[in-house]
Amino acid sequence: MLTQAEPAAHAASTADASPLVEFLFGKLRLDSVPWHEPIIMVAGAGMVGGAILVLGLITYFKQWKYLWTEWLTSVDHKKIGAMYIILALIMLLRGFADALMMRSQQALASNGGAGYLPPDHFDQIFSAHGVIMIFFMAMPFVIGLMNVVMPLQIGARDVAFPYLNSMSFWLTAAGAILINVSLVVGEFSHAGWLAYPPFSELEFSPGVGVDYYIWALQISGLGTLLSGVNLITTIFKMRAPGMTLMRMPVFTWTTLVANVLIVAVFPILTVTLALLGADRYLGMHFFTNDGGGNPMMYVNLIWAWGHPEVYILILPAFGVFSEVVATFSRKRLFGYDGMVYATAAIGVLSFLVWLHHFFTMGAGANVNAFFGISTMVISIPTGVKIFNWLFTMYRGRIRLELPMMWTLGFIITFVIGGMTGVLLAVPGADFVLHNSVFLIAHFHNVIIGGVVFGCLAGLNYWFPKAFGFKLHAGIGKVSFWCWLIGFWIAFLPIYALGLMGMTRRLDYVNNPVWHVYLIVALCGALLIFVGIIAQLVQIVYSIWKRDELRDLTGDPWDGRTLEWATSSPPPFYNFAVLPKIGNHDAFWDAKQTGTAYVQPKAYEPIHMPHNTPTGFLIGIVSAGLGFGLVWHIWWMASGALLVMIGLGIVHTFNENRDYYVPADEVKAIEDAHFANLKKAEQ
Amino acid sequence: MSKTINPVAGYENQIDSAYDHNPNDAHHAGDHHDEGPKVTLGFWIYLMSDCILFASIFATYAVLKGNTAGGPNGREIFDLPYVAVETALLLISSLTYGLAMISMEANKLKAVIGWLAVTALCGLGFMGMEIHEFIKLIEEGAGPDRSAFLSAFFTLVGTHGLHVTSGLIWMGVMFVHLFKRGLTPANRIRLMSLSLFWHFLDIIWIGVFTIVYLMGAA
Amino acid sequence: MSTPDNAKPRKARSPHAKPVDTDQTHAEVAHHDAHHDTAGHGTVKSYVIGFILSVILTAIPFGLTMAHMMPAATLIPVVVAIGVVQILVHLYFFLHMNTSSSQTWNNSAFIFTVLIVGILVIGSLWVMYHLNTNMMPGMMPVE
Repeated sequence: MLTQAEPAAHAASTADASPLVEFLFGKLRLDSVPWHEPIIMVAGAGMVGGAILVLGLITYFKQWKYLWTEWLTSVDHKKIGAMYIILALIMLLRGFADALMMRSQQALASNGGAGYLPPDHFDQIFSAHGVIMIFFMAMPFVIGLMNVVMPLQIGARDVAFPYLNSMSFWLTAAGAILINVSLVVGEFSHAGWLAYPPFSELEFSPGVGVDYYIWALQISGLGTLLSGVNLITTIFKMRAPGMTLMRMPVFTWTTLVANVLIVAVFPILTVTLALLGADRYLGMHFFTNDGGGNPMMYVNLIWAWGHPEVYILILPAFGVFSEVVATFSRKRLFGYDGMVYATAAIGVLSFLVWLHHFFTMGAGANVNAFFGISTMVISIPTGVKIFNWLFTMYRGRIRLELPMMWTLGFIITFVIGGMTGVLLAVPGADFVLHNSVFLIAHFHNVIIGGVVFGCLAGLNYWFPKAFGFKLHAGIGKVSFWCWLIGFWIAFLPIYALGLMGMTRRLDYVNNPVWHVYLIVALCGALLIFVGIIAQLVQIVYSIWKRDELRDLTGDPWDGRTLEWATSSPPPFYNFAVLPKIGNHDAFWDAKQTGTAYVQPKAYEPIHMPHNTPTGFLIGIVSAGLGFGLVWHIWWMASGALLVMIGLGIVHTFNENRDYYVPADEVKAIEDAHFANLKKAEQ
Repeated sequence: MSKTINPVAGYENQIDSAYDHNPNDAHHAGDHHDEGPKVTLGFWIYLMSDCILFASIFATYAVLKGNTAGGPNGREIFDLPYVAVETALLLISSLTYGLAMISMEANKLKAVIGWLAVTALCGLGFMGMEIHEFIKLIEEGAGPDRSAFLSAFFTLVGTHGLHVTSGLIWMGVMFVHLFKRGLTPANRIRLMSLSLFWHFLDIIWIGVFTIVYLMGAA
Repeated sequence: MSTPDNAKPRKARSPHAKPVDTDQTHAEVAHHDAHHDTAGHGTVKSYVIGFILSVILTAIPFGLTMAHMMPAATLIPVVVAIGVVQILVHLYFFLHMNTSSSQTWNNSAFIFTVLIVGILVIGSLWVMYHLNTNMMPGMMPVE
């Protein structure tokens, strides 16, 4: 699956450069851009053209100042969360383009044809697809939802460290920039989404692809870790008066556990990638074939991170479903305590199962048995959650709004995906199915059916809160049905192919019997694509028709938790007066007792942080650091690192970080909100 | 929008009474009062993640330490008296940093700066010794590219060294902060966090000398 | 908890801390310090006791190892045990960890971290030992 010719030619072209060129550009040359690859060139031109168009429009409409003051330098958790989600949606398109290319290549190259993708390019595509979907689509999406919603749910005015929050986002964005630059300048990793050595070592992957992979993940991983520290501290230290831990909304609970997992496992990823980098950059022997290296240690370490990572993604989605089910069944969530303990149990158990990703590596019967059983045990707390959702719906007054439809689609899809997971947890079965496309179908079943459906449910549920108007329901339903049906059409054949013995990551399939299955899978993928387009159309159309979809009350769904107690969109300080909490479902209680919409007589000044460009600047410069390291442009890398440290230090000397919003200003904003409430009543 | 308006005292009282109502789990958001505990907890959580970072490298070292690939093993390259001096420097620096914190409590700015300077000197001495050890090993042909054992050794000890270096840079910045503004609340929080960081590095070093040097030479 | 009256006049970090409203500023600092004992500062005595203990706990394993009195099989458990004790000494005397209620979160975070570190290190060694034995018998460490 690998062509050695290209990297070799590349190495030859850098050998005869003058020292000055080498100093200035490292390994980067004009022919590092794959001019001869029409597909890449068209995609690259599209990307560059799109970027120029966006920048041009911003300039034409003179929006730079607005963009700079309101978004790029913002430390408001709601705006940072929105930017995370915008990043996730853009990367969803990029990652899905990769998926369509793989599906069509396999459909074309399974009946005697050769397809249209050369093997090396196909390998880069499946690697990029995995990396982008996990690190730059799913992660930003869930972190974005946490950022927008969690502080509102606990009645806080911002996160614990607002400036750090901005930096976290921009580091993530820098990683995404690096991945996309790799499309045009050089190449991306062809070593799969986890870059197993020894294949990812310099000996077998001499190009810059793996380096792009390493640095994009290191930079965005740092951002993720810092945001984890930030959100945990926020939950522990900034809850509104009276909100005990066991009164927190379930989404906040899942946010807490997911961030504890982030803080506990992202250092492992950092180390693993750093050791691979040490092998590639400093000639060390951690995972090489020679010099005493042990590639199996890489696999062990990366899955010690990798398994908790999937729970980092799915737990917040579980939180979304818990909120949605309670709201749209008009009932208190069934078994709140059980939900909390199940979440915590999944969090701890997720550390005890990592070996099930490499049952076949040969650890032996005892080790495999331990990890197989611990994997099956996880299905118990997960089952508790499923039953809690079902019992919440039982005898509830269910409204089939969009978030609820996504939730129902999730429950059906995820339960089936979970069961194929329990099947794979049996080491004996895994020996048959390991590395087959059955596994591919399984994890797409839980990640699309769980995480993606959860994110889209959350998007539809909280969009009116963040922007002040609902998303159009009709187009949303088109998107939902395309996603749900498309998913099953795409992945049922993949399950079947896996059972028939098709292995993953094939750029060419020499069994004509499988052709028809791959055609059906392609059709399913195209249907999902329609669903994604409908999702985007839904957003654009809703912005266009925003006056008709306007939410004046701040509570469009008759919600239960605190985020619905403030206006939509919330004022930058979230709550004019901090709410006092006496029970679960604080806002529901307030509505029942009639205290929800009573305007206080007077307001007090509110303490808020200033915006700062430091986070944005550090993030952007870190992309330069990554680029310099990838291409061995040492002046650029060291310069960027010094600038980043310098910016951080200079920021500590900025003593003007916060201010008080005068009571008059608060009153004016709140008066407008209460006027809107009156208007909504009429 | 930055107006210089002081919060009305009544506001503080109102919030504080709500706060007292449930002291363990309630906090008012975004006020100066909370900056200290927030930073301390946030920094502590960061240190915990750093702990796991080191644990991953320790695990890698433990797995690879026998893989010398024909190169030297620990017993041949470790110089225990030298490591004992390095350890002594770090231990002394922990004590002097503690004394700096006590001076901070007593509001003695000059003493804080003095003890901090002694701490920094010990840290610099430690880093000098470590770099010297590394250079010597590389010159002897026992560099990090020699074998998996040496890769793991250099990475583990070097990562600790990198942390100490960050601590020293931080101390350098702290001197400027202290000279400029004295023992302001912000600077107290910074000294507090640096204190946690510095003592934490000492604990990591206990792991390093026990598992790498002593067990390697045993 | 006194206020830093001998410190230089603090520049206004925010309007809140302007020197004009002295009373409030002082009240705020006191409030601040009250919160601070989440991590405490210790006393000269506690630092010196901690220092002496850790010097002893460092000297013993170094001495034992350099003297080559014991076989490695006995020495290693002893050295590790002393290392663990020394870590506890540092946590108590230098990082001021204790069981007071203000430390609940720090302590929970620490215990959780110890759990994860244990799972990660012991688990990795267990897994890698079996992998090496089964799959790479020629590469087993020679010790």
